[in-house]
Amino acid sequence: MTLRLSVSQRDRIRAHVEAGYPAEACGILLGREVDGVKVVEDLRLVDNRWENPAEQTHRFLIPPEEVRAAERAAAAAGLEIIGFFHSHPDHPARPSAFDREHAWPWYAYLIVSVEGGRAIDWRVWELREDRSAFVERPLEVTG
Amino acid sequence: MAVQILIPTPLRVYTRGEKVVTVEARTVGEALRALTDQFPELKRHLFTEEGRLRSFVNLYLGDEDVRYLQGEETPIPDGQTLSIVPSIAGGRSPGS
Repeated sequence: MTLRLSVSQRDRIRAHVEAGYPAEACGILLGREVDGVKVVEDLRLVDNRWENPAEQTHRFLIPPEEVRAAERAAAAAGLEIIGFFHSHPDHPARPSAFDREHAWPWYAYLIVSVEGGRAIDWRVWELREDRSAFVERPLEVTG
Repeated sequence: MAVQILIPTPLRVYTRGEKVVTVEARTVGEALRALTDQFPELKRHLFTEEGRLRSFVNLYLGDEDVRYLQGEETPIPDGQTLSIVPSIAGGRSPGS
């Protein structure tokens, strides 16, 4: 699996995660899968709804009603939810054990490392079917 | 009675590509058991090793989150559809 973003989509994600700093920021990737490439066609930038604001520097939540709304919007546009993104403020773009507990295979999980308010590293992860680990996948950014 | 369960995209690989699975069940819990009996590979993505529904897995009966009804004991009226919807949570390990 490869995740493909356009430059303008990447710039929207960058602006969202940098504006959210030092809290984690998140969103939903809508698109379609073509020959093993998950092509992002639309983004939903979502507020971090983790209940305790003091913990939002290392936790995020997209509640199920937000996911349902995104599913409906995707279906109306002939798309589907292909993945999610979130930021790791002042931390590498690697998934945590907590991320693994809360994931499903197939989805693309894009993690952006935001150091001192600037997005510096972007990595895509996919959960193994046996849930044992995430595997890093390529990110393509196209004009 | 027959219940239709909507399967989210990432889990369809475990239902032989089926988007909708029909099972016989009276409650939400029965429907889930019937689903995972039919497709055992779904189990680890819906339930923890201790057999509890994973905290990020949500079930909607029509437009109602069953957590605010009677949970897995919620009766399923005829013709209602059960949806499996993830909430997405995560983040870095604190202090690491």
